[in-house]
Amino acid sequence: MADTKVRGGTIIDVDPAREPIVVVDDLHIIYRVYGAGGKGNAASAFSRVLRRKNRPSMKEVHAIKGLSFVAYRGEAVGIIGTNGSGKSTLLKAIAGLLPPHSGAVYTDGQPSLLGVNAALMKDLTGERNIVLGCLAMGMTPAQTKAQYQKIVDFAGLKEGFIQYPMRTYSSGMGARLRFAIAAAKTHDVLLIDEALATGDAKFKRKSKARIEELRKEAGAVFLVAHQLDTVKEMCDRVIWIDEGRMRMDGDPEEVIAAYTEAAGK
Amino acid sequence: MNETLAAYAARYGLRQSAARPPLRKYIQSVWARRNFIWAFASAKNISMYTDSRLGQVWQLLTPILNVSVYYLIFGVLLNTKRGVPDFIPFLVTGVFMFGFTQRSITSGSKSVGDNLSLIRALHFPRATLPLAIATVEFQQLLLSLIVLLGIVFAFGEPISVQMLMFVPVLLLQLMFNVGISMVMARLGAFNRDVSQLLPFIMRTWLYLSGVIFSLPDLLHRSHALKTHPWIGEILKANPAYVYVELSRHQLLGEYRHFVQHKLTESTTQLWIYAGAWSAVALVGGFLFFFSAEERYGRG
Repeated sequence: MADTKVRGGTIIDVDPAREPIVVVDDLHIIYRVYGAGGKGNAASAFSRVLRRKNRPSMKEVHAIKGLSFVAYRGEAVGIIGTNGSGKSTLLKAIAGLLPPHSGAVYTDGQPSLLGVNAALMKDLTGERNIVLGCLAMGMTPAQTKAQYQKIVDFAGLKEGFIQYPMRTYSSGMGARLRFAIAAAKTHDVLLIDEALATGDAKFKRKSKARIEELRKEAGAVFLVAHQLDTVKEMCDRVIWIDEGRMRMDGDPEEVIAAYTEAAGK
Repeated sequence: MNETLAAYAARYGLRQSAARPPLRKYIQSVWARRNFIWAFASAKNISMYTDSRLGQVWQLLTPILNVSVYYLIFGVLLNTKRGVPDFIPFLVTGVFMFGFTQRSITSGSKSVGDNLSLIRALHFPRATLPLAIATVEFQQLLLSLIVLLGIVFAFGEPISVQMLMFVPVLLLQLMFNVGISMVMARLGAFNRDVSQLLPFIMRTWLYLSGVIFSLPDLLHRSHALKTHPWIGEILKANPAYVYVELSRHQLLGEYRHFVQHKLTESTTQLWIYAGAWSAVALVGGFLFFFSAEERYGRG
């Protein structure tokens, strides 16, 4: 029997037999964007000051509009939706990196986000990025040393590239190194945002095996990807988000089928 | 059975992911990241000059060139000595020690904004960023101290026990810089205009802090300041002046003698101000930065 939780008019079914690891409760996210629109010359800025108008280049974006769901231990949840539907924003909110405007996200332990734009420090070499990444995740220098070679092997960069600054990496290489660093630690909740999209077939196989491992270590994995076959392969549940609202939640086959049909129109 | 999601989450011991941890735990996690702070600072320092051909030589070349410029303008062209003994070492100490605080403030104000990608990628106590930035500046200062001490000795300053007292001055100034750069980090994170305004504020501060002239000497001479002694008291409480002047007292024997005996200014007041500013800035700055901890990811 499923329990029913009520919140703000939405009804959520909860499975009492399973242990929740992420609870998203009527989440709203509004974030600010600088440098959007508006003429940037001094005269227009001055006239705005005189007329006491706000800077037009600062815009507020209502990215998530009241989302609620529960994810359980051991689940791999795929999140799909068109560009700009709020998928990445949702992951950032789960990770606690974007504070909610209203509502809340409850998690067990500290979720870690692995994104494609999350360049660590692009002016530093791969080597230093590994060390700094590990230290920032809270590892001791000894643990970092122990993990170092594993990370290098997992990332499988071309000979010598580990000593070059990260800005010289191709997007695929950068993504591989970042994934390798983040995957070096066991996470309660691992959030992967398109980080596998640029990898080649061999790397995808490796990372899939690692995600499988991380799931078995009693956490949950969230995956945002545009390649629907990746989602179908790796996830046992799919959430479809449209314009910041929940469109569908359930079995990967069903949701992806409905999504492709809607996208085909 | 009706239960809110919040109560359901609480029943399973889940916590809000964007919540600020308690202060004690936060300080512990910052302390646990001390290796990260040091490694981040060293990496920043090394990457600073990787684009230039001379590379790390610039770490020493920059302060030397700085000193040459000030020597040219104030020592040769303007000749602003006005009876201050050891003027060149006096000027160089002032410029370096003020620059230490100045750079901590300017780069502190950008420490959150410049590392948004790191903030949004990994979870770690954000206070480590301004701390790392203050460490970068401290490492840079240690290198410029080689130049500074070289100049001090080149102008015939004898090695004395008093110079050991420079170490506590340096540490107090470091504490002050850490605190103030945390304040600036929070201000700069939520208001991008801060970094545009800072150069003007810093320049004004430079001229108020007795970096290129001797404030005790000025107080001694100026009639306006003698008739309004409270202005002098305010100027003497200025933290930048306090640290700069205190450093000079430890490094330059003749200048110390000049201030203490000819102008009869006491050093005790300087030490009290230095200690008070350090404690207030460090504790206040940390708390000020901490109280916005959960909001730093947001634009």
